[in-house]
Amino acid sequence: MTNSTESIQAAQADLPAATAGSRLDPWVSAYASRASSMTASEIRSLFAVASRPEVVSLAGGMPYVSALPLDEMADTIASMIRERGATALQYGSGQGDPVLREQITEVMAEVGIHAHPDDIVVTTGSQMALDLVVRVFCDPGDVVLVESPSYVGALGVFRAYECNVVHVAMDEQGLNPVALEETIKRLQVEGKKIKMIYTIPSYHNPAGITQGPDRRKDILSIAKSNGILILEDDPYGLLGFDGVVPRAIRADDADGVVYLGSFSKTIASGLRVGWALAPHGVREKLVLAAESAILCPSNYAQFTVSTYLATKPWRDQVAVFRDVYRERRDALLDTMKVLMPAGTTWTVPTGGFYSWVTLPEGMDSRAMLPRAVNALVAYVPGTGFYVDGQGRQSLRLSYCYPTPERIKEGVRRLASVVEQELELIATFGPDALPHTEMPNFSSTPAPDVR
Amino acid sequence: MYIVVLAGGLSHERDISERSGRRVADALRDRGHEVEVLDTDAQLLTRLQNKRPDCVIPMLHGAAGEDGTLREVLEALKLPYVGSAPDACRVAFDKAIAKSIVESAGIAVPAGVSLPHSTFRELGADAVMQAVIAHVGLPAIVKPARGGSSLGVTVVREASALPSAMVAAFAYGDVAIVEQFIEGIEVAVSVVHTVVGPSALPAVEIQPDGGVYDYTARYTAGVTEFFCPARLSDSVSELVAQTAITTHLALNLRDLSRSDIIVDRNGGVWFLEVNVAPGMTETSLFPQSLAAADSDLGEIFDTLVHLAVSRGG
Repeated sequence: MTNSTESIQAAQADLPAATAGSRLDPWVSAYASRASSMTASEIRSLFAVASRPEVVSLAGGMPYVSALPLDEMADTIASMIRERGATALQYGSGQGDPVLREQITEVMAEVGIHAHPDDIVVTTGSQMALDLVVRVFCDPGDVVLVESPSYVGALGVFRAYECNVVHVAMDEQGLNPVALEETIKRLQVEGKKIKMIYTIPSYHNPAGITQGPDRRKDILSIAKSNGILILEDDPYGLLGFDGVVPRAIRADDADGVVYLGSFSKTIASGLRVGWALAPHGVREKLVLAAESAILCPSNYAQFTVSTYLATKPWRDQVAVFRDVYRERRDALLDTMKVLMPAGTTWTVPTGGFYSWVTLPEGMDSRAMLPRAVNALVAYVPGTGFYVDGQGRQSLRLSYCYPTPERIKEGVRRLASVVEQELELIATFGPDALPHTEMPNFSSTPAPDVR
Repeated sequence: MYIVVLAGGLSHERDISERSGRRVADALRDRGHEVEVLDTDAQLLTRLQNKRPDCVIPMLHGAAGEDGTLREVLEALKLPYVGSAPDACRVAFDKAIAKSIVESAGIAVPAGVSLPHSTFRELGADAVMQAVIAHVGLPAIVKPARGGSSLGVTVVREASALPSAMVAAFAYGDVAIVEQFIEGIEVAVSVVHTVVGPSALPAVEIQPDGGVYDYTARYTAGVTEFFCPARLSDSVSELVAQTAITTHLALNLRDLSRSDIIVDRNGGVWFLEVNVAPGMTETSLFPQSLAAADSDLGEIFDTLVHLAVSRGG
């Protein structure tokens, strides 16, 4: 398994000449240091199996786009191409199509935001908007405060820009303001530069928690009094199961919040259309950063979204999605209630895609994953949602993609896996759990199973 | 010829299998064959029966692919395939059984034990682990009895680390092996077995940067340095090659195999395990050996396909 220098020298002592070695990658010494954690990962290989139909994947966060009227979508796209094809297939504005930006203001009005189309930058999914914001704000070492746990895709961006990510505790109402203030004070005393608070206030990924109105006000107040930007990520805001749409933090502060929105969950993730709403000065920089990254967002995708919004009852379709996801959430929670071993707890999401499960004391969800994949069920271990090794005892379950029957079967399998793991711990003791390595770029599933 | 490469499957090594399969398929297409890559799903048998390929290449890693199960099915369908027969695979895939047979052929193997989880549960984990360490000694290596790609493998240097290594191995299967860890030079020797008999390709010496040839070191280009041929004296090289061939024959393997071997500080050669469906990815060892032998995947698999077809289904 290993080569000690001493043994190599001894066994190779009578060699006439050294043979040149190969690393199978001629550029290995040329990579930036930030690429050092971009390695093959055992855990990533396990997710490859999750794409097989035999496996119930409660890992992926893929929207259930089959609930869309696909024939109507086809007609929408066909007519759009017939009527505006020459423009749709051409380069466009770096900031995004003006008509779509106007429509986005209407969509954001649903979460209480009244904004001007000039302050919107259309991006290739809100993931790109997140990347642009961090690019224009963060130098290596700058602090970004994130929830505990936080969205894995955001952590990847912060890591890519070499930010110092600091987790702040959550409670049943989301980001905890007391913990937030304490963390800010501590970091300020340490002389750290805090650049932003990244938060997902509605139907949090992965925690499944929603901040109440007072909680949002408290967080905004803390951010303002400390002069820290809030980066509000709101892809699930319209997917509340009780039909109530939480008011965005940005609705109450146009200057201190950059708001990220997306059509991935309300229309289709494959279109890759999202946006950032930012104060004037920030927006100017985001546009320039966007042009240097991709020149312009896809006109084809933007026009598809724009035509859909203009000609289809998109609010009704969002209601269809809500109903689909509510039924699936119920299937997940009801089955967990019956089958999961004692000591297992979970959040009860009132919207969105995820429930955050905490396993019985002493368990490690990452160590358990190979056993789960053997049993044909997949989830995302909690450690993927932290940068500091927390989350061993937790895991994220997603209910958005599998049918209710498959979800029930998945929970049946998972419960049995947890039972077996508990047996193993009973045999070897809780201290026997394998050391969990720090998560890296490849510690979570690829987007098509994420 | 019309060839089907089987890749993917449900094992933990699915991703690696897909990459291996695509590489082999491309290499054979370059030699003029019509090649299709198929996964092992519910449609597979119907497709194989309807299309009746001239030859099948199982590039499935892990269980089903390497334990002989799928090859049993290919036998039942009377389809020619590249690689060892089911019985031989079954033996080779179980590391403990393979080791005992190889040892009987006169090859040194590390001392070890193979134990299911139930043994620890029934007899008490502490007592069993103490007995295991007394028998095997430290450092030791713990691994699942079946499976590859170093998944679930841990090097244990202190007794206190054994429980967690056991748990890591049991996550991948019900039986784990604890064996003596031999310090030395790790080499992989691939064997190609044609009508003229088995021959060993140049050995690949493996030097992972982190000291451990784990999953990351195996499949991340750049983090492991390979020397092919291995930096061994002529006499040790010959011994290593002979060990791989003896292993191949003792286990009654066919067409191709890859033996993982350690050369200790005294030049002693130890067999670790054998692989009946070696990886063929960009970072895998078998293709490196082929390159050192002035050959390539296309040439070797073309030869093996013709051999399989001449054997018949």
